[in-house]
Amino acid sequence: MQLARVIGTVVATVKNDSLEGRKLLVVQTLNKDLEPNGKPMVAVDSVGAGVGELVFWCRGKEASFPFKREDTPTDCTIIGIVDSDAHVTQRPRSAN
Amino acid sequence: MRTSPNVRGQQTEVMILARVLGNIVATKKNQRYDSASIMLCQQVSPEGDETSMTVLALNAVDAGVGDTVLIVQEGWGASTAATGKAGAAIDSAIVGVVDYVDLLKDE
Repeated sequence: MQLARVIGTVVATVKNDSLEGRKLLVVQTLNKDLEPNGKPMVAVDSVGAGVGELVFWCRGKEASFPFKREDTPTDCTIIGIVDSDAHVTQRPRSAN
Repeated sequence: MRTSPNVRGQQTEVMILARVLGNIVATKKNQRYDSASIMLCQQVSPEGDETSMTVLALNAVDAGVGDTVLIVQEGWGASTAATGKAGAAIDSAIVGVVDYVDLLKDE
């Protein structure tokens, strides 16, 4: 699972039946300092995320588990919305 | 250290060593793990050097910030460990807190 920012939407009229009604979003994966890391990807939304929101995504077969139809063809799904940028905390490491 | 990053710069389906950097708060998330805490972790080499890869993982063992941990990155095992039931939509879980790593000394 990785942090990402939603940077856009994808409109696809013709798609697999099990993707019917699903929202496709363009996400940019972020590193621990919330800076872009790597290329943007397309992710299926399972939580109602919108453009600009900080989210996290899941890859692989597990990406299809949020959906009732587990044969949903996705290998990248948004599975949570981070409340705000300030809710990603990094406490300084203790001295020992 | 030998790594095999995929197109997303992320290793797939292997156990990794990582250091816990902090946590994230997400009110809206998949209900299968509503009560779990999600930790922000950075992969480390067996020597303890930080690599550039960060990953989010469900905390199945009460690991704290600064701990070196073992993360499983395979969905079935990860969801069983972190939620007690297979089939949750997660791909990484912290399954152990590392006390130390013993390495063969370089000759």
